[in-house]
Amino acid sequence: MDRIPILRMGEFLLVTIQVDMQDRLAMRLQDDLTEMVQRHRSRGVLIDISGLDMVDSFIGRMLSDISGISRILGAESVVVGMRPAVAITLVELGLNLPGVATALNVERGIELLRKRIDTGMSRANSDPG
Amino acid sequence: MLERILKEQRRELLQQWTAQLAQVATGGRISGEELEAQAAELLKYLDEALQTGSADDINQPAWNPARGFLEDLSRKRVLAGFSSDETATFLFSLKRPLFGALRAAAGKDADKLADEIWKATALLDKLGLYTVKAFQRTREEVIGRQQQELLELSTPVVRLWDGILALPLIGTLDSARTQVVMESLLQRLVDDEAQVAIIDITGVPTVDTLVAQHLMKAATAIRLMGAECIISGIRPQIAQTIVHLGVDLGGVTTKATIADALSTALRMTGRTISK
Repeated sequence: MDRIPILRMGEFLLVTIQVDMQDRLAMRLQDDLTEMVQRHRSRGVLIDISGLDMVDSFIGRMLSDISGISRILGAESVVVGMRPAVAITLVELGLNLPGVATALNVERGIELLRKRIDTGMSRANSDPG
Repeated sequence: MLERILKEQRRELLQQWTAQLAQVATGGRISGEELEAQAAELLKYLDEALQTGSADDINQPAWNPARGFLEDLSRKRVLAGFSSDETATFLFSLKRPLFGALRAAAGKDADKLADEIWKATALLDKLGLYTVKAFQRTREEVIGRQQQELLELSTPVVRLWDGILALPLIGTLDSARTQVVMESLLQRLVDDEAQVAIIDITGVPTVDTLVAQHLMKAATAIRLMGAECIISGIRPQIAQTIVHLGVDLGGVTTKATIADALSTALRMTGRTISK
């Protein structure tokens, strides 16, 4: 597999990471996602990492980056379905992912996205992060 | 000479040894018959080991039964609540009867007696040290097992409400414990699809920078999973300590009592309580 599929659901984009992330794959995803947000003028990005059982600092940074990039392009992003082991690893690596919104599962993620989009624009703009 | 005495005068040795052992108070933890049986068994193994092996090296295969017996003996003594010196005294009290027998056998030959006593004392010391080592090992095993049990006992995750979990922490937090606590809490978050986790530290006696750091780690991991974290049960002294230490609990909601935390959690999940 040389790229991760990005699904479009109305005004949201859904990325499901099912395979072990290699650095090149992560870079590619970042490129594809930015382009998709731009092209479809998406307002929210859901990144489902429930299939991911190993993370390193690079992947942690990628999640941070995607969140930052989407915000600049005017879309909210939510990381959903992080496994306990992954959360512990990220914390031990010292990656607190500030500014990255998280939710327990896709359903909650969509709820959170809607809430953030409804109340979000003014807040996101004033948000220094 | 040692071998011969053990072979030929075993009964007399045993009698005198038992008499020695009887002088030491055991506090009812072991009966006189049992002590005598143990002494007799050890003498038998010593005799056998000396027939085939040498007294210089107790790590030889010939000493296997004797070593096995001593390990077993130490384990029993640990479980019965004996101290290490009491356990070692059991073996060292053989010295007196044994040296007496050696003296009788050596007659007027002082050089020979000195040699033989040196040989016997070296052997008994080695066996004694081996016993103490086994005693300590068993005790460490017991402590390790208890720690593990305590660890499992002390991390219950309770469900306070639909989507609200609480973790009442009791006892000191170290990194091993934080790890276990975090894992079980995060797993429950996934299983219950909970939105809020309350960590109650009423039972944590002291909070220093390290404990605070562990709490922050847990809170961050909970946030990464997509849930909210509330830390409750912060006693006045602990609040003062946290401020004096300059610990930054940045971003984590803290409440004085678990009741406050629950009402906050209910509000967070969009519920209202009315009388």
